Amino acid sequence: MTRFLFSQLFQTLLVVLAAPLLLGWVNQCRAWLQNRSGPGWLQPYRVLRKLFLKDAVLAYNASVLFRITPYVVFGCMALAASIVPVLATDLPFSPAADVIALVGLFALARVFMALAAMDVGTAFGSMGARREMLIASLAEPALLMVVFTPSLISGSTALTTIVETLAHSRLAIYPSMAFAGVAFVMVMLAENARIPIDNPATHLELTMIHEAMILEYSARHLALMEWANAIKLTVYSAVGVALFLPWGIAQAGDWTMMPLAIVAFAAKMAAGGAGLAVLEAVSAKLRIFRAPEFLGMAFMLAVLGILTHFLLER
Amino acid sequence: MSLDALSALYAAIGVIMFWLALGVAGLVRVHDERFVFRILFPLGSLGGAGLTLVGLAGLTQPAASLVLPLGLPDLPFHLRLDPLSSFFLALLGLAAAGISLFSAAYFRKTAAAQPGLTGLQYHLFLVSMAAVCLADDAYFFMVAWETMALSSYFLVTTDHHVAEIRRAGFLYLLIAHLGAISILLCFGVMQNTAGEYTFASMRGAKLSDFWATAVFLLALVGYGAKAGFVPLHAWLPEAHPAAPSPVSALMSGVMLKMAIYGLLRVTFDLLSQQIWWWGVLALTVGLVSALFGVMFAAVQTDMKRLLAYSSIENIGIALSGIGLAIIFHAYAMNVLAALALIAALYHCINHAAFKSLLFLVTGSVLHATRERSLGHLGGLIRRMPWVAAFGLIGTLAIAGLPPLNGFVSEWLLLQAFLLTPGLPNSYLNMLVPVATAALVLASALAAYVMVKFYGVVFLGQPRDGKLNEVHDASKWERAAFVWLAAACVLLGLAPVAVIAQLDNVSQMLVGATLSGNMGRSGWLFVTPASPERASYSAPLFLIGIVSAVLVVFLLVRWVYHGRARRAAAWDCGFPQQTARMQDTAEGFGQPIKQIFEPFFRIERHLPKPTDERPYYWSKTEDHLWYWLYLPVANTVQWVSQVIGVLQHGRIHVYLVYSFVTLLALLLLIR
Repeated sequence: MTRFLFSQLFQTLLVVLAAPLLLGWVNQCRAWLQNRSGPGWLQPYRVLRKLFLKDAVLAYNASVLFRITPYVVFGCMALAASIVPVLATDLPFSPAADVIALVGLFALARVFMALAAMDVGTAFGSMGARREMLIASLAEPALLMVVFTPSLISGSTALTTIVETLAHSRLAIYPSMAFAGVAFVMVMLAENARIPIDNPATHLELTMIHEAMILEYSARHLALMEWANAIKLTVYSAVGVALFLPWGIAQAGDWTMMPLAIVAFAAKMAAGGAGLAVLEAVSAKLRIFRAPEFLGMAFMLAVLGILTHFLLER
Repeated sequence: MSLDALSALYAAIGVIMFWLALGVAGLVRVHDERFVFRILFPLGSLGGAGLTLVGLAGLTQPAASLVLPLGLPDLPFHLRLDPLSSFFLALLGLAAAGISLFSAAYFRKTAAAQPGLTGLQYHLFLVSMAAVCLADDAYFFMVAWETMALSSYFLVTTDHHVAEIRRAGFLYLLIAHLGAISILLCFGVMQNTAGEYTFASMRGAKLSDFWATAVFLLALVGYGAKAGFVPLHAWLPEAHPAAPSPVSALMSGVMLKMAIYGLLRVTFDLLSQQIWWWGVLALTVGLVSALFGVMFAAVQTDMKRLLAYSSIENIGIALSGIGLAIIFHAYAMNVLAALALIAALYHCINHAAFKSLLFLVTGSVLHATRERSLGHLGGLIRRMPWVAAFGLIGTLAIAGLPPLNGFVSEWLLLQAFLLTPGLPNSYLNMLVPVATAALVLASALAAYVMVKFYGVVFLGQPRDGKLNEVHDASKWERAAFVWLAAACVLLGLAPVAVIAQLDNVSQMLVGATLSGNMGRSGWLFVTPASPERASYSAPLFLIGIVSAVLVVFLLVRWVYHGRARRAAAWDCGFPQQTARMQDTAEGFGQPIKQIFEPFFRIERHLPKPTDERPYYWSKTEDHLWYWLYLPVANTVQWVSQVIGVLQHGRIHVYLVYSFVTLLALLLLIR
């Protein structure tokens, strides 16, 4: 039991602490692609430290909801980090929530964030909340459709079982997973406020989505929001890895595989981060009302994946 | 519980008599506001709590029946308490207990409505709903059903001096009666020329597939008119906002479920066979209603209309679960049918809890501000912290977020959907998983709608100066909130216990339970199929979130500092910020209007760049009004005009008609 708890705690802390590193790595790759030297991989940690040391500034009319939201959002993301099998599949917490509950957990964080954005009552806050909820409500069906393909293959919605099945017990090439994989990348870009749906580097008024929501936050509250966002990106990448590239995740009870699992995870994240930077460098941000088309395409790809599974793989 | 089935039935009758007595007692002192509202209504709330206990006791018992020497000479009233009716009685009691408490503070004496009469109508409404659940013959059922329609009609038109409310009430009464006719025909087919109208004889009758299909379709239309399935939903967004808030809560939270009860009673209990395509039909109607409801909810600017449309969505979700259960049951996959059915029932009781709570919240807001339009509200979290806190619980629950109750039923339903590839029908097992997307889209849009509702009403800056002087909820109102919010939280945190109770209903209706699948994983985890397949644990989930939040909070406080100061909002440095610069309700719904434009009938006026005084208005309506309701109404009008030619108002002409009719009949009979 203690070993299980240790494994759980170790994984959660690893994801939470390493999350800013992934963000730093993506930014660094982007800088290289744009022919800049970039601030270095560790910049997000420096920013977080600076923010934590500052005094928080709250709007006069900010309510309790506004103040607790950063903690709730961060807590949700930390919980998400403890559900997804990153290094090993023996996670004692994992049975508490399957992949549908994970989607629900992200939704919980998002709703709190949107409500907090509307709390102060500024023009940008409510605009950001509206857009974020819109993108999310279109992305969620696509995400569920993506998840259905691996869960139909493995007969389970529990992430640990999916990983066990795909990585260890039923090794095969599934054409349906190719469709689902592409769709997943598209949904992930939308849900994590990346180009082409949103631009994390902009504060240009009319194009912001995520940034508009956290505009009123400062100091420790902002630090928690930014950090939670980094964890979200990492957890999403980890879900992608678990569903589509599960090789290297240690089987339950297999402790000797742990170092290899860590190396495999780091390598996959580095490759994924570089890929994300390339995607962002070659594409432009879409108009907000083109987003439904983008997500509609992701949805259709995911449905194609399911139909391919029924036609070819059964 | 140690109550046996017959005593539970007597206890249920006792609660009914108690409510009836309370209603009549109000007539003794018709004008005494204090007596009716502060004494009778809280007593009624106790009756509700009692009925919940009776329902819980009845769930675990076999059926008990009773014949009352009331009614027509050779048609006595038959009563029966079985797990299905017990469940809906518990649901009624749960919601009624909270709503009656709230009513104690809500209703006011007005010129139009005397307190005693309001009390009588209200308690008669409760009595009729309980009687619908207990009825065991078609005659008593129809009496109770019609009493329910009429008493709620009078409650809807409490403010009958407003023309709009009278119109809404009329529309409600009209569609309710179209439904009642359909239900009557449905019973007529089921009695199958035996002339026996007891449910017991209907259960024994064997119908051919054709007549069974006729029964199902009539039931779907008849109960659908009451439940608000698209396209019979038109009365819902009119009647719910018109009614006083506690009545809206009762209608939306409980009365719609009575229609679900009727549909389940006919489909699974009275009919002995199910055909798979009935399920496909119900599933389609359910998903269409869910999407339709949530899309229209997103563009509403009146908070009670918004909730009414959201009720259409939720009842659609419940119907899709029933549809899935029919499909599974038709293929004799009874455990999966039990899963889908339990998901639907769970959603019903969840909806009773959170929708009643939210309607009561709008009642408090309406009371304090006299404002129903979202365009004049805002920032109430600062003036009404109690209402805002409980409103938040309701909002999170209805948005289907873990670890509250809305999530559990949606999760169970999604699991049922994911198990459809096991069906022995190659079209169904491919198309139904894809149809899940509609359900997910509906529940994701529900989150959008609820953020809009909560954000516009409670957050931001007040959109009206008078909002700075409003008062918070009274003690009665808070007590009602606590009761219903506790129901939302407990139903969310103890799904294993709830499912164990619902197993009794599924055992009765589809002959299977989930306990075989659930038993292996203990009280902590919900595992509808098997632990490897899917599991969810709400308590662990809550503990996880709470501990993560606390740890982060304490760490941040200890390692750094808690210093904070107040300043004007930043808003990208724009110097002037007024309440008018926030999103309005209409603005918040605009993206939905634009993306799903073909689904709405939109009339709008856009200003030209040259306009001296630019203004903008838009009106969003329902296509079905123009495609279905108005053509039907016009046809009826035309037909009655044509028939009206016969009517002259002169007696000798009428005598000629009678004479001709008699002659024709004589010729025919001879």
